[in-house]
Amino acid sequence: MDIKVLGPGCSKCQNAEKIVKEAVAEMKIDANVEKITDMMKIAGYGVLGTPAIVIDGEVKCVGKVPKKEEIKKWLSK
Amino acid sequence: MNTKKTFYIGASAASILLWWFIYTNLLVVSKFITYSLFKIKKGTHLGSAVEFFFYDIPKVFMLLVLVVFAVGIIRSFFTPERTRNLLAGKNEFLGNILAALLGIVTPFCSCSAVPLFIGFVTTGVPLGVTFSFLISAPMINEIALGLLYGLMGWKIAALYLGTGLSVAIISGWVIGQLHMENHIQDWVKGFRANESSVQEEKLTWFDRIIYGRDAVKEIVGRVWIYIILGIAVGAGIHGFVPEDFMASIMGKGSWWTVPLAVLIGIPMYSNAAGIIPVVEALLGKGAALGTVLAFMMSVIALSLPEIIILRNVLKNRLILAFIGIVAIGILLVGYLFNMII
Repeated sequence: MDIKVLGPGCSKCQNAEKIVKEAVAEMKIDANVEKITDMMKIAGYGVLGTPAIVIDGEVKCVGKVPKKEEIKKWLSK
Repeated sequence: MNTKKTFYIGASAASILLWWFIYTNLLVVSKFITYSLFKIKKGTHLGSAVEFFFYDIPKVFMLLVLVVFAVGIIRSFFTPERTRNLLAGKNEFLGNILAALLGIVTPFCSCSAVPLFIGFVTTGVPLGVTFSFLISAPMINEIALGLLYGLMGWKIAALYLGTGLSVAIISGWVIGQLHMENHIQDWVKGFRANESSVQEEKLTWFDRIIYGRDAVKEIVGRVWIYIILGIAVGAGIHGFVPEDFMASIMGKGSWWTVPLAVLIGIPMYSNAAGIIPVVEALLGKGAALGTVLAFMMSVIALSLPEIIILRNVLKNRLILAFIGIVAIGILLVGYLFNMII
């Protein structure tokens, strides 16, 4: 699985990355979590806010820090 | 399901009643703590400062919680995507007004300014309309409104809201009239983003209440320390600085106080939550309302970190035009209120 956390580096974005990594670790799945801070690349996903979470190319949430249960639901699909 | 609903309605009503009861009795409690518990003599500088501190802190936090919660629920109805769809292709001026209003209720954090800017201008939202949104969104926020209402009353909060909206609408409109579309960074022009289609979640009222509660946790958790520091400084000023001391420095007598207040305000951003309690105390010591409003707006609306972030998408001339036009708008607000009040 390929997970991208989009966000320049405010506290919310760091929080989102942390929660995603925790969810991945707890579910013991093989996933590559990458933080994207480059504005050009972030804009390339067509999102209007950060943090945003992209799983296998699909934008899952925009502009908020998701709850861990939500992330687990996305990961288990 | 119905019993659950009844429970939440009952619990909400009960907590609002409890809130109101505590809120109306705060003065009694703060007097009790100061003069009975701490045994400070009435009429002393220290007594006045301590009473102010114990009255203001719970008052401000209670109002902040209420306002942030209410705004959180309103915001759960608005997303940046919806706002963009409302603004796309709108004509100037009407679009500026709508953008400034939507700026208040759309969830926004200044580190999202770049993707939002690109998402707006590449899908047909006019440049000036985009700026009206970008000026209003950080300037008119629930923290500022909650604190202003709590410390200075609804009149000043409404004044801030009204003048803030005017600055956002007019500045955005002026930027639109300058036709500076060439001064957007080249990589943004003709930028085609992937169509992202994040499904809209269907929220129930219960979800919205949770959304409001999370907003309270996040925002109050972030700003409480600044507010306490700000109130402590404000309490010190309240108790120890002589009456009318500020009239000589920040009074309306000298013309240069307003521009100076705006200049000092631009690099100050992170302490927006702490600045309002201080400003309130200054106002009580004879500082002029216009100067104080201009200072607050400049602290909150023009921030160095946001300017640096926007350099990713704007060339220098457009950045300077943006800062200059907003600063002039704030100056006019300051002079106007020093003149009429």
